[in-house]
Amino acid sequence: MSTPFMLPRTSTSRYHIAERAPFTLRGWLARWETLLFALLLVVFVANSVFVPNFFDLYNLADSTFNFSEKAIIALPMALLIICREIDISVSGILALSSVAMGLAMHYGVPEQALLPVALATGAACGLLNGVLVTRFALPAIVVTIGTVSLYRGLASVVLGDQAFTGYPQTMIDWGQGYVFELIPRSFVLLLALAAVFALVLHGTSWGRRMYAIGNNPVAARFSGVAVDRYRLVLFVLTGLMAGLAAYLLTGRIGSTRPNIALGWELEVITMVILGGVSIAGGAGTIGGVLLAVLTLGMVTYGMALLNIPGIIMTILVGALLLVTIAVPVLLRAKRRQR
Amino acid sequence: MTFMKRRETLLAISIVVLIVLVGLRAPVFLSMDSMANLLTDSTLLIMLVLTQMFVIVTRGIDLSVASTLALTGMLCALTAAQYPELPLALIMLGALVVGLGLGLLNGALIGYLGLPPIVVTLGTMSVYRGMVFVLSGGAWVSSRQMPVAFVSFPLERWLGLTHLVWLAAGAIVLIWYLAQYTCFGRDLYAIGNEPVSARYVGIPGPRRLLLAYGLSGAMAGLCGYLWVARYAVAYTEIAYGFEFTVIAACVIGGISIAGGAGTVTGAVLGALFLSVINNALPVIQVSPFWQSALTGVVILTAVTLNARSGQRGGRQILPLHLSPSNAPRSAA
Repeated sequence: MSTPFMLPRTSTSRYHIAERAPFTLRGWLARWETLLFALLLVVFVANSVFVPNFFDLYNLADSTFNFSEKAIIALPMALLIICREIDISVSGILALSSVAMGLAMHYGVPEQALLPVALATGAACGLLNGVLVTRFALPAIVVTIGTVSLYRGLASVVLGDQAFTGYPQTMIDWGQGYVFELIPRSFVLLLALAAVFALVLHGTSWGRRMYAIGNNPVAARFSGVAVDRYRLVLFVLTGLMAGLAAYLLTGRIGSTRPNIALGWELEVITMVILGGVSIAGGAGTIGGVLLAVLTLGMVTYGMALLNIPGIIMTILVGALLLVTIAVPVLLRAKRRQR
Repeated sequence: MTFMKRRETLLAISIVVLIVLVGLRAPVFLSMDSMANLLTDSTLLIMLVLTQMFVIVTRGIDLSVASTLALTGMLCALTAAQYPELPLALIMLGALVVGLGLGLLNGALIGYLGLPPIVVTLGTMSVYRGMVFVLSGGAWVSSRQMPVAFVSFPLERWLGLTHLVWLAAGAIVLIWYLAQYTCFGRDLYAIGNEPVSARYVGIPGPRRLLLAYGLSGAMAGLCGYLWVARYAVAYTEIAYGFEFTVIAACVIGGISIAGGAGTVTGAVLGALFLSVINNALPVIQVSPFWQSALTGVVILTAVTLNARSGQRGGRQILPLHLSPSNAPRSAA
């Protein structure tokens, strides 16, 4: 650990192959995460200077409510996209889990059991996605376009034009509550989960294998990585996290309506891609995703304070997405011309 | 026999079976009126599916169609409301051109910069949808503000069929011709099958992709006008989420999301299949809330079946492992 460049002394190889690329300032500055961090700082400072009431500890803490649930889904989504898969059905899973909780509550299930109900529903939905993708070798995007319709459809069949309301106080506490009366619980949960995900992705052989799968699934399979098992687990994990997000979101808004989390799948995927995760798989970090989440959150919050309607934000996010993926390509093309 | 085994034949048979089954339950469904309605209702989906097919055949995807549709639709509605004296042909031409422009932007980013289609169209989807709001200020344009000719055109009849049906028929013929008999169409299949080889044999990939997405945008633009006129209202959320319906119809029609495979017949039948289900549910008094769930089941069934039928795979000449468990299969 302390000597990363230790080589066998009897090495006769002609080349010295380091464990990792040597650290250079230029390389570090060109890193996606560094750029994102700079962007976050710029957004934060600009907002603090120009937007009244932005730099207020309570307001800032409250602004995290808006993105914590989405970001919790973005974490496993990042792993999926790193493995060259994608899950369009997360918002459908969220809706179905929320409905399952509403039904459970309706039939008198104790309130402690509502979280397990949401998690189990989410995991079951994720399992169906995973089985269809791995067993039948279907493209994930097609499967999940199908299942999003199925899950949301089932949710609306149960709901009809009604809504579930009157959720117990425990759920409301989790959805709206604070830690130390300042930081929202959902944000603390997000940070804790992000730490776990980062540890798994960047600190364990599981994480390394995910990168291997994303870079070349066939080669990974031939190297003895149980590719399909990883895919299956990641789909289940994504479902599980969508279930957790359902618990938090339902607790926060206090009801289950048919349009709950409508369109979230694309927002979540946007967060992940802005975070520097390559849609072609095999690259990206949890830190980047978290920075993208915070940046988007701060921009939204600043615009909300300025009374700019949320849909203008979608233009900005879309444009940001296009610019962020186009600029590196343009720069590379320019460098090649020289 | 190969004709019977084809995916399109199976799909056509299942559509007929579905219509007959619904007809047995509710004979009203089989009446001429109801069938004509079904045809008219399916046209917008059919038109969008046709150009989406070209995009998917090149291994791409266009998530921005619904937003393009909404943006051009809103633009048409606002223009028509502002200048009622403008001839309708000009408005339709304008819709085509605006849609084409929006599509070409996608195509330029994907073709010339080599960016991943799903990300680009995800981005433009948000941008275009947001621009609808900017244009309209969040307000609705209702039928009272639009000129009569503007609203009535799609459902007016010519030789007994609505203009919508004629337009869709024209689109089918055009796309079929492009796909079957032009370099452009054949090149798209080549690009989808093997992009690297396509480049080596001299197919101008970027230019073809540019036009494929441009076409998708132009069609979405035309459908934008038709949608707004048909439903006689324009607002920010028109056709919200319709891109997934379009892609679903493509998938049901047997267009491989991995690129390189798909026929016009399949695309049209896929769109018809979804339309039949959507139109049949109210007739047999199933709650409309089932529609989305059933669509999901249909998509999953269709892709699973398609994957099965496509599993011809390569021929294994040498046995990988000389174990007894492999012997019976290689003998068969």
